[in-house]
Formats: sequence, C-alpha cells, structure tokens
Amino acid sequence: MTIANVIDIALLVFLGLTAFAILKLRALFAVVMLSSVFSLVSACLLVHLDAVDVAFTEAAVGAGISTVLMLATLALTARREKASTRTQALPLIVVFLTGLALVYGTLDMPRFGDPAAPIHHHVAPKYIHDTETEIGIPNIVTAVLASYRGFDTLGEVTVIFTAGIGVLLLLGAFIREPDGLKIQTMHHHLVLRVVTKVLIGPILLFALYVQAHGDYGPGGGFQAGVIFAAAFIIYALVFGLENARLALPGHAVRVLVACGVLLYGGVGIVSILFGENYLNYSVLGSTPVHGQHWGILLVEFGVGLTVSAVMVSTFYAFAGQNPPISDEDW
Amino acid sequence: MIAGDFLGLFNYWIVIVLMMLGLYTVVSRGNLVKKIVGLNIFQTSVFLLYISMGKVTGGTAPILTGKPEVFSNPLPHVLILTAIVVGVATTALGLALVVRIKNAYGTIEEDEVQAADDEREFGNTAGTRDEAR
Repeated sequence: MTIANVIDIALLVFLGLTAFAILKLRALFAVVMLSSVFSLVSACLLVHLDAVDVAFTEAAVGAGISTVLMLATLALTARREKASTRTQALPLIVVFLTGLALVYGTLDMPRFGDPAAPIHHHVAPKYIHDTETEIGIPNIVTAVLASYRGFDTLGEVTVIFTAGIGVLLLLGAFIREPDGLKIQTMHHHLVLRVVTKVLIGPILLFALYVQAHGDYGPGGGFQAGVIFAAAFIIYALVFGLENARLALPGHAVRVLVACGVLLYGGVGIVSILFGENYLNYSVLGSTPVHGQHWGILLVEFGVGLTVSAVMVSTFYAFAGQNPPISDEDW
Repeated sequence: MIAGDFLGLFNYWIVIVLMMLGLYTVVSRGNLVKKIVGLNIFQTSVFLLYISMGKVTGGTAPILTGKPEVFSNPLPHVLILTAIVVGVATTALGLALVVRIKNAYGTIEEDEVQAADDEREFGNTAGTRDEAR
C-alpha cells in the first residue's frame, strides 16, 4: 500500500462520512454547507486522480456557485427539514439491492489504475499521441474538448443555455425586473465590504487568465465562465442586487447568454463556408495547426461567455425574488 | 491477491456507497432541497467513477510537457468537465422549481405538497389522512 493509496482511501472515506452527515442532518443550512465540503473534497480527490481540469471545475462550480444558489433557495423557502413520516424500509431495501448489484458488476471491471484496461486502448492513445502534431497545444483535455469532440461540447453548451432559459422562465425574470426592490444586503458589514472590493479585481483577472491559459494548463471556458460569474455574484451579495444590475444590467446578460452559443455555432458555420466539415478549424488559419489555435480560442470564448452569463442571470433571477427571511434571522 | 483485488476495487466500491447514499437521500427524504443535495451527491459519485476508470497507475495529468510521460486517460476528463457545468445548470433549474413550488404550495415538503393536491382534488381529506399518521 503506497502513500497514493492512503490519500485515495482517506479522501474517499471522508466523502462517505460527509454524505452520511448530509443524509442525517435536518438543518438545511448545514446540509448545504456540507454539500459544499463534499464538492471541495471530491475536487481534491480529482486532483489526486490526475483530473486537474475536472477538479478545477468541481471546485469552482460545486463549492462555489451551487452553494450560493442553494443558499438563495433556502432564503426563499425553508431552513429546516421536517421529520419524515414515511416508512424508510422500502427505500433502504431498494438502495441496498441496487448497491449490491453494482458491487457485483465491479468484480469484472479492470482493476483501478490498470494500464491494460480497455478504456485506455480505444481512441485515447490517438488523442494523446496526435494532439501535439495536429492541434499543437499542450493541454490534451482542452484539445479533445474544443477540437476533437467539439461537437459534443457544443451540445453541452446548448444544454447550459437551455437550462438557463428554463430558470429565467420559471422565476419570471423575463416579465418583471423589479426596480427599487428592498433586497437584504450585507452592506453594513464593513469587513465584508472591504474584502470584497479588494477581491473582485483579482477574481476577474484570474478568470481571464484561466480563459486564455486553458490551452496550456488546466482551465478553459467552463472554469473561466464560472469564476467570472463569481465576481459579479459576490458583488451582488455584498453591495446589493441593484448596484450589480447597474454594473451589468440583466437584459445585457440575457443577450450574452445567446451570444456565446452563437459564437460557438458560428465558428462551425465559418469552417463550412471555407469548405471543411462543421467545426473543423483547420481552415481558419494559415496552417491547419494555426487554424486549430484560432478555432479553440474562439469556441472557448463562446463557452466562457455563455457559462458566465447563465450563472449571473440565474443568480439575478434567484436574488430578484423577495426573500421572506430577514438578515438578522440568519 | 485478495489485498490487490481489494485495493483495485476499493475506489469503485466507495463510489457505489456514495451513489447509494445519494440515491437513498433522494428517495427517502421528503424535503425538496435535501433531494437536490442528494441528487448532487449521486452525480458527483458518477463523476468519481468515470475519473477513477481513467486513472493509470504512475500516470500524470494529461498536459504535454515535452518529456515522454505516462498520461491518465483524458477522455473521461472531458466528459466529466462538461457534465459538471451542465450539472450546476440543471441544479439551478431544479432549485427554481423548488422556489415556484414554495410559492404555489407554501411548503417544500413533498408529503405536504401531495396532501394539498389530494385536498384540492378530493375535498378535505384531513379527517382520514392526518389522523392516520
């Protein structure tokens, strides 16, 4: 048993304990905080499993944005879970049997870390081998994401776009944009105010770095979009939604939601016009590799635009609801 | 051999335990926010399962450095990276639904929502259902 195994097992056990605590606790605030912890620990585990890009995303999304959205929901709904009156026997049996079946299924799986596993001998070796010559960027994950599997990623961006539209429709953000709504802010917390002002600049700068540097290291449009949105969300949390709307109006964000997807799809159309297949970037530059660089840069920017706009407008929609719980009650 | 098998499958087993904890939270708890947290746990476990499968012993993160190295499989990373962001978008959609349910029913407990629906459909059933509890 090596150190790597020990770290692996310790993190997994910690995840199990967190999940169990989430199941048992009835105070929803604690549940949401623990789910944030769960995300952060799983991000650590993902780094350990060599998935640095994924860990980056999980830390930004799971521990950041989804926690904020869940807290916003708690502020609008309830803070305690009522004791359940239903019987627990049937769910327990179902879950136990499902788990048993899955464990039985793992017995035939290739062992953890086995280089001979079939998953490593399908298309993955091609990506690892050809990225340097065909795409010319060091981060293989970005190369696969934006170029080899660009079509899939376009689909994912469309899903995010659709989910964002769904949230806006459900929360009525298209119909009314409340003006002068008295929303609880943390404006009277001096420390929060000062720290936020210091932090916003570096957060935005970091987001731009992650966006631009995604070709060379962990990062890219998805992570950058979430981090960029986080800067606006922290501003709205501390200085109030009205002020955030002055800096970045809700209708402008909604236009940006569509712009990102359009940019992504547009790059595909341009490559068709140049006589290549949809989303084949080779024709966009003087040489195929140069074209790939341009294509990846543009579609990653489109991804970042849509992701950050969806996150910001989702937050606006949640925060625009009138919260029934006052600041002091928290 | 047994020890090798145990270490070789430990990741998958714990991931399955996590998945089942998430699933149990979704099925057994009536609070809708709690259900969404349970769904998130389930989702994260699936992510961990995929990434575990992509790990190669002695491998490193799939970023070219110019040196010949063993890389872990980048393909699951790409799948899961996008899945995480799609996951938060769908979570937001779920939470928006919860907010609307709260506006419509005044509660986010599934049992109470169902009771209110029953009442609306069949008239006042408080005498039968609530006493039975």
